Amino acid sequence: MIEATSQSVDVSDVHKRYHHNEVLKGVSFHVPANTVTSVLGPSGSGKSTLLRSINRLIPIDSGLIRVGDNIIGYEERGGKYYELSDRDLCRQRQRIGMVFQNFNLFPHKTVLANLVEGPQVVLGRPKRETEEEARELLASVGLAAKADEYPGQLSGGQQQRVAIARALAMKPELILFDEPTSALDPELVGEVLDVMRRLAEDSSTTMIVVTHEIAFARDVSDQVVFMADGVVEASGPAREVLDPERSPRIKSFLMRSTR
Amino acid sequence: MSTPTHETAPEVVTHFVSLKHPWRIAGIVLVLILALLLVITVATNERFQWDVVVGYLFNPRILAGLGMTIFLTFIAMVIGLALGVVIAVMRTSASRTLRWSSSFYVWFFRGTPVLVQLVFWYNLGYLFPELTFGIPFLEPFVTVDTNSVITPLLAAILGLGLNEGAYLAEIIRAGILSVSTGQREAATSIGMTRYQAFRRIILPQAMRVIIPPTGNETIGMLKSTSLVSVIALSDLMYSAQSIYSRTFEVIPLLLTASIWYLVLTSLLSIGQAQIETHFGRGALAEAGVSGRGMSHLLRRGGKAATR
Repeated sequence: MIEATSQSVDVSDVHKRYHHNEVLKGVSFHVPANTVTSVLGPSGSGKSTLLRSINRLIPIDSGLIRVGDNIIGYEERGGKYYELSDRDLCRQRQRIGMVFQNFNLFPHKTVLANLVEGPQVVLGRPKRETEEEARELLASVGLAAKADEYPGQLSGGQQQRVAIARALAMKPELILFDEPTSALDPELVGEVLDVMRRLAEDSSTTMIVVTHEIAFARDVSDQVVFMADGVVEASGPAREVLDPERSPRIKSFLMRSTR
Repeated sequence: MSTPTHETAPEVVTHFVSLKHPWRIAGIVLVLILALLLVITVATNERFQWDVVVGYLFNPRILAGLGMTIFLTFIAMVIGLALGVVIAVMRTSASRTLRWSSSFYVWFFRGTPVLVQLVFWYNLGYLFPELTFGIPFLEPFVTVDTNSVITPLLAAILGLGLNEGAYLAEIIRAGILSVSTGQREAATSIGMTRYQAFRRIILPQAMRVIIPPTGNETIGMLKSTSLVSVIALSDLMYSAQSIYSRTFEVIPLLLTASIWYLVLTSLLSIGQAQIETHFGRGALAEAGVSGRGMSHLLRRGGKAATR
């Protein structure tokens, strides 16, 4: 689908609190380059907060997040960590794509304009080239005909496919998916999961997917991270983690989800 | 009907008797009578002096005043917009100092009459007889007499512009807050800087909320400029006044000025509608109007459609 290098992600001992509510209580896990990791867990377990801290939409209180060789949000000089400026932080984010639960397409721009916005404005790449690439990407998510329409004219599933294409247009080394199918009508979930499944198989981009789709996690991911109450309860291959015998929390989560 | 459960075919109703609205009819008659009386008075009362009204329409002094009114409206709105954006961004800042100082500005300039502010700026010389430019506590580079700097024109520009900034700041802030946080997150996630996100994603969407009240503000400003006649700046109103103070044709000249104000406000309303359609892109699509139909709708009445 796209050709890009991919990066590993290393999350170590990440803490985050909102006032008196500690959302992340020391989260650690490792995502090897060119793999797919699904993050599962009951709502309120801190999954979305964790994902948002990986591209620093949310600053963390302590701990370190590394994507490839970069420490997210900081620069190490002489054993001290200096907070990055807005501009340097943006340079890190350029290589990390994100797909949101509510799509967050730019409603005042056409589908094509949504895709070329990043490559043109952020990377300063030429119009012709980026538009060609954008049309190819749209074709690859099955929406070549929708290039000149506005997001509001598309169904939820189509919007989310455009959002995935928009993330891919930046040729990211890592893509974060924040519950990409949770806001969709049940009959539209399949088309989005299909695109993600193909992306996992065909591209070398590292993917971290926060989801409630257990089947997707089982079939597609190389690793499952199960979070509960702000910590990683279990991580590893899907069949090991998603085993009801492993812990009572995982058992009740699986039972609630399959119902 | 062929269904066997119906024993008799339903009756075909051919005519309904509409409900009478006697009060509505009474209202219409009353309005028509009043309108007729108005037309008769306007046409027959010679003291309207319509020939004088028309005669002064293109009088050089009136036209010069008109030019000043347009200029003042324009410059005050430009200053107001620039200030408004800065103050609105300050009001949404994470810094408490910036938030409070901008709130103070809005509180002060919205809380005092613009007429008072105009007269205040005009009389600034009483407060600071001399204006100095330089580094504080050192010998000033330049010292000038305040009254020679603060001309009626500058006082008018300061008074109207600073006042308008406070109003527009509130309008722009409401516009910025109307854009969902997801939009900023999405812009950030593709690597945009704060400024790029504001300029390319947030502001264009906020515009839909900002434009209609800003149009009203511009029309309001056009009329507010007539206040500068108290500091002897020759705008449209002052020009009319200075003519009728010699000729005593008070009513005809007020009518001449009113006609010009109406012409300008009408033009502004048309311009406003067109700008609204421009920034309504995408919003119409969301309302379920597609492709061709949309551009058609845009041309007909963007104002109604964008709301």
